[in-house]
Amino acid sequence: MLKNRIIPCLDVKNGRVVKGINFVDLKDAGDPVEQAKIYSDGGADEICFLDITASNENRDTIYDVVKKTSKKCFVPLTVGGGVRSVEDINKLLNCGADKVSINTAAVENSKVVIDSSKKFGSQCIVVAIDAKKNGDKWEVFTHGGRNNSGIDALVYAEKMENNGAGELLVTSMDRDGTQVGYDIELMSKISSRVNIPVIASGGVGNLDHLVDGIKLGKASAVLAASIFHYGKHSVKEAKDYLDSKGIPVRI
Amino acid sequence: MNVTIVDYKSGNISSVINSFEEVAKDKVNIEVTSDLNKIKSSDKVVLPGQGSFKSCVEALNNINGLTDILNEFAITNKKPLLGICVGLQMFADIGYEETETKGLGWIAGKVSKIDNQNGKFKLPHIGWNQINIVKDSKIFKEINNNSHMYFVHSYEFIPEDKNVISATTDYSSNIVCSVEKENIFGTQFHPEKSDTIGLKIIDNFINL
Repeated sequence: MLKNRIIPCLDVKNGRVVKGINFVDLKDAGDPVEQAKIYSDGGADEICFLDITASNENRDTIYDVVKKTSKKCFVPLTVGGGVRSVEDINKLLNCGADKVSINTAAVENSKVVIDSSKKFGSQCIVVAIDAKKNGDKWEVFTHGGRNNSGIDALVYAEKMENNGAGELLVTSMDRDGTQVGYDIELMSKISSRVNIPVIASGGVGNLDHLVDGIKLGKASAVLAASIFHYGKHSVKEAKDYLDSKGIPVRI
Repeated sequence: MNVTIVDYKSGNISSVINSFEEVAKDKVNIEVTSDLNKIKSSDKVVLPGQGSFKSCVEALNNINGLTDILNEFAITNKKPLLGICVGLQMFADIGYEETETKGLGWIAGKVSKIDNQNGKFKLPHIGWNQINIVKDSKIFKEINNNSHMYFVHSYEFIPEDKNVISATTDYSSNIVCSVEKENIFGTQFHPEKSDTIGLKIIDNFINL
């Protein structure tokens, strides 16, 4: 039976982890390679790096991080943030990323998803959707949540599937950072609409939220950042908890 | 000993390279090349594959003489070869991804889209699934039955002779996920992304 995945996400800025695990025995708390290794050793099913480097001149730092991580971690590595073109995707894959997530560029130019999934295969193309509720629908936001594209997230999700995305990483902007749980309605609506796996993101504050994301949100995988940071919960604890709730996980 | 990872300019093979280098350390020389002479003289060959069946076959054919050398290596000289993902699928006679495409024809059978039972099952089949070992395979030495492996694919290999199947995995149907036919080995899952247990399979292949 296919297992539901737990994916810890690390925010990386200028090659350093912004929020991360705060273990006393960590040699360098800001080192993304070391943090990723802790997660993969702890049973993470995948690792996600979100590059939030603002300035263009430091953009290349992520390539070095990916290169080093992929030599130490032998679970899938997804990298997103600032991916603009097929060439950016090519560079990340060559550095050792297994999947690349595309956000703003997928909204602005659908050719990026079409061309990259043709060139590299759908299996490595993840489209990240940042969605925010407006009345009775959700709208897709770009540029790290700053710009409202006005596009209906459900329609967009289906379009991205047709364009060749292998997975959708859906973040509720209303919930992101709130720790009150995923936007279950958004997740389940998108998951029911498409035939590709959905990764739920945004809002996890406790382990029950992970359970809800899978059971109610129908997500194939759950992504979380802060609950794994600062040692609040380990990946192992999360998996044991999901297992106790009858959710299939890799233990 | 030399293990050659065939770089035929299709898809992303960094993870395959990293995992083999990790396992090989300094004991074994890992070559990444499409050079025909190097492939010919190596002890073992790894045939990775990402993207579609069609694009991988086309990429192989784009390198003049490559399929001939691989045929000589695996079929005539019967040296160990490991196909991963689409690398395994290409062993088939024919594949139906995008359009009907001829494969290497090493193991009789076809590659068809996984039946998703009218949308009941998501495709691609992405994530960790357990393997059901159905026959002893040299690459499964010290690998427990029901071990988790990482999968990402929408097409499956259906061999005619079921005796070549060494493991299956349970998704929308029972999917063939590993084959062994004499010196030819293949995994539908990605040992290079399957944590320490996957590295053990790579180690088993290197130490054949």
